[in-house]
Amino acid sequence: MSAASLSAQFLDIVIALLLAPLLTGWVNQWRARLQNRSAPSLLQPYRLLHKLFHKESVLAEHASPLFRGAPYILLGCMTLACAIVPTLSTDLPLAPAADAIALVGLFALGRLFISLAAMDIGTAFGTLGARREMLVGFLAEPALLMVLFSVSQIAGSTSLTTIVERLADQGPAIYTSVMFAGVAFTLVALAENARIPVDNPATHLELTMIHEALILEYSGRHLALIEWAASLKLFAYSGIGLALFFPWGVSEGQSPFAVLYALPVLILKLAIGGFLLAVLETISAKLRIFRVPEFLATAFLLAVIGMLVNNLQGH
Amino acid sequence: MTLLEGLRSTPAPLPAPVPIWHVEVTGEEWLAAARSVVAAGGRLVALWGSAADGLSVAAAYVIHAGLIWVELPLPASAPVYPDLASIFPAAGRMQRATADLLGICASGSVDQRPWFRHGAWPADYLPLHPGAGACEAGESIDYPFVKVAGDGVHEIPVGPVHAGIIEPGHFRFSVVGEKVLRLEERLGYTHKGIERRFTQLPPLEAHRLAGRISGDSTVAYAFAYCMALESACGCAIPERAAWLRALLLELERVANHLGDLGALGNDAGLAFGLAQFSRLREEWLRRLGEDFGHRLLMDRIVPGGVAADLDGPAAARLARHCDSLEREVRALRDIYEGHAGLQDRFIAAGRVTPALAGRLGLTGLAGRASGHAIDLRCDHPWPPYDRLAPGMATHRNGDVAARVTVRFEETQESLRLIREILGSLPNSALRREPQLPRGKTRGLGWMEGWRGEVLVALELEDGAIRRCHCHDPSWQNWPVLEHAVIGNIVPDFPLINKSFNLSYSGHDL
Repeated sequence: MSAASLSAQFLDIVIALLLAPLLTGWVNQWRARLQNRSAPSLLQPYRLLHKLFHKESVLAEHASPLFRGAPYILLGCMTLACAIVPTLSTDLPLAPAADAIALVGLFALGRLFISLAAMDIGTAFGTLGARREMLVGFLAEPALLMVLFSVSQIAGSTSLTTIVERLADQGPAIYTSVMFAGVAFTLVALAENARIPVDNPATHLELTMIHEALILEYSGRHLALIEWAASLKLFAYSGIGLALFFPWGVSEGQSPFAVLYALPVLILKLAIGGFLLAVLETISAKLRIFRVPEFLATAFLLAVIGMLVNNLQGH
Repeated sequence: MTLLEGLRSTPAPLPAPVPIWHVEVTGEEWLAAARSVVAAGGRLVALWGSAADGLSVAAAYVIHAGLIWVELPLPASAPVYPDLASIFPAAGRMQRATADLLGICASGSVDQRPWFRHGAWPADYLPLHPGAGACEAGESIDYPFVKVAGDGVHEIPVGPVHAGIIEPGHFRFSVVGEKVLRLEERLGYTHKGIERRFTQLPPLEAHRLAGRISGDSTVAYAFAYCMALESACGCAIPERAAWLRALLLELERVANHLGDLGALGNDAGLAFGLAQFSRLREEWLRRLGEDFGHRLLMDRIVPGGVAADLDGPAAARLARHCDSLEREVRALRDIYEGHAGLQDRFIAAGRVTPALAGRLGLTGLAGRASGHAIDLRCDHPWPPYDRLAPGMATHRNGDVAARVTVRFEETQESLRLIREILGSLPNSALRREPQLPRGKTRGLGWMEGWRGEVLVALELEDGAIRRCHCHDPSWQNWPVLEHAVIGNIVPDFPLINKSFNLSYSGHDL
């Protein structure tokens, strides 16, 4: 383990923690612009975090330690997820700790704890949200796994860093299976990040909420941690998407300058991705909740087709 | 030919631009009148109590010929009248409210729970009684909601404090999973004693209070109150004032429909719709603020006429605004109707069949979307509507999509009416001050607001208001909302609720 790889790992985590709210702000800004509204500042998510960290946390009387601990666990899961996704460099010391399958488990762990915490205080909305979150989760996870499998078949490994290295080395090539997997991944990413058409991050209608209903009882620093974790999740998913489908530009060498070169490329790719997300959210309406299983089943089916195509072509 | 079967005395017509009669009845006639209204295919508009001239209970029915105000005097010793809820389900909550405010009860009614009394006053205190002074707060009431039992059934209580900035109301859902088995509403959180306040105001100034009953219907209420006052005074308004009143009513309709269409898109997750319609509504309100001096047109209708006028250039500007607004609304309608995701949310959500609507007395815009062609502007056109021949927008499906379609069509029709009115405004005075009569008189205002028919019943005595009852169409439509969501899923409720967009303030008074 060299100093360069350690610094790359450190940079990877710091960049994720710092840039994630910026990505959220970027998407929100474009959403507003596309709806002909005047857009909030790019820095709005940071201001929100600042405000929340300085506010008192109000806890329900019957809240158990689980309720207090869940935001930290959630933030921990998402930070670790960002640490093992090769966004800047493939030379990450933490990467062998978890492969693509463990990554899915990491997201599931975060989901489990925040859902338990929502049920812990016993309000109707918490339980309602937890139930819906589980409905989305148990359908999204297998679809995500299928996507990762079809790409890892090409690379011959389930380690994300290896996948990126192999794919980037091959240069731009069009795999039919990867295209199927890409569409499936987009659908899963929308569902997992509580975006339209599955959930509406901007809604004030408590009866329609999924993610927001889970965290209705949180306030102050706890809410700040959850909001930050939500930004990190979006960042991690963007990172996975870029790693699997647009791996070019990630540094592979030991040189610290390569990492510095990879950063502007990453920012450019995230900016384009965030803009496309905002477009997608603007032109869609929210699905009736019982259409969500159909939506995610489509993702699963596409990922399976991708895998079959891959096997038939004999890669 | 008698107006209504089963009445011994002949109803007396009241001077008003719409056909209205008043009749006093006895206990047996009270039920006979209700039954013959049903037999004649009529409907109940409002039911209220009064202590102006001894205790009495009154009902307003609409039959083919017009509106009949039926009044039943009650003895102070036994203020009980025969129940109407078994004939008109919509009467149930009005009877409960009357019992809370005046202590006069319907005998034999199934539901005797308090409606307005949440514990702000004791059970034996009657806020609308002329002798009622100040009172201590009563004990808070553990309201007995209807329980739904069964495997996996649980309750979701929502409100009265909501996550968004809306008026307070409590909704108790009984659900299995996401499916709604039963919804029970509890309202009355914005009860603020408006009807008693009316009796403390001079009749010529109380139109300002009427205009503040429900902010989105300020024109409709001020219009209905002034119509009632002019009917009680037996005075007619100048021709130009009548035309300008119709203009104001249509301007208010357009503003509200624009707001609702945007909100409906937003509740289905299409924020683009909200942004566009909010912009159109804001431009519209600014135009109204510039031309009439108030964005929401408050206090523009005054007893005897109007307090705002429009000169030639302003009229031309408003007509041009209508042209451009019509183009934009048409473009947005194409987007709404062509958006598969949006239509998937709208179609079949919150369906009220025409049969159910008829049984429960669904009225106004929601009624027209469920196949009930009721629109005062068409049924009993008063000047200038008799010259304008307004078209009625109806739909048979009764779902959210139907209510959206009716809103789009009414917006377009209102824009046409506005331009017609602007093109043919007659020249005359704007106001003729009504002379308050001596002795006891009564008047009634009856008006098609944007939500439905608004009614104001007014009793005057020697230049003072003895009783003023205001009725919002939400009274009829709130109970229907409970039926509309049955079998739908919980996350569709906000959309269904918004498609009705009922008033809390206008209901709670």
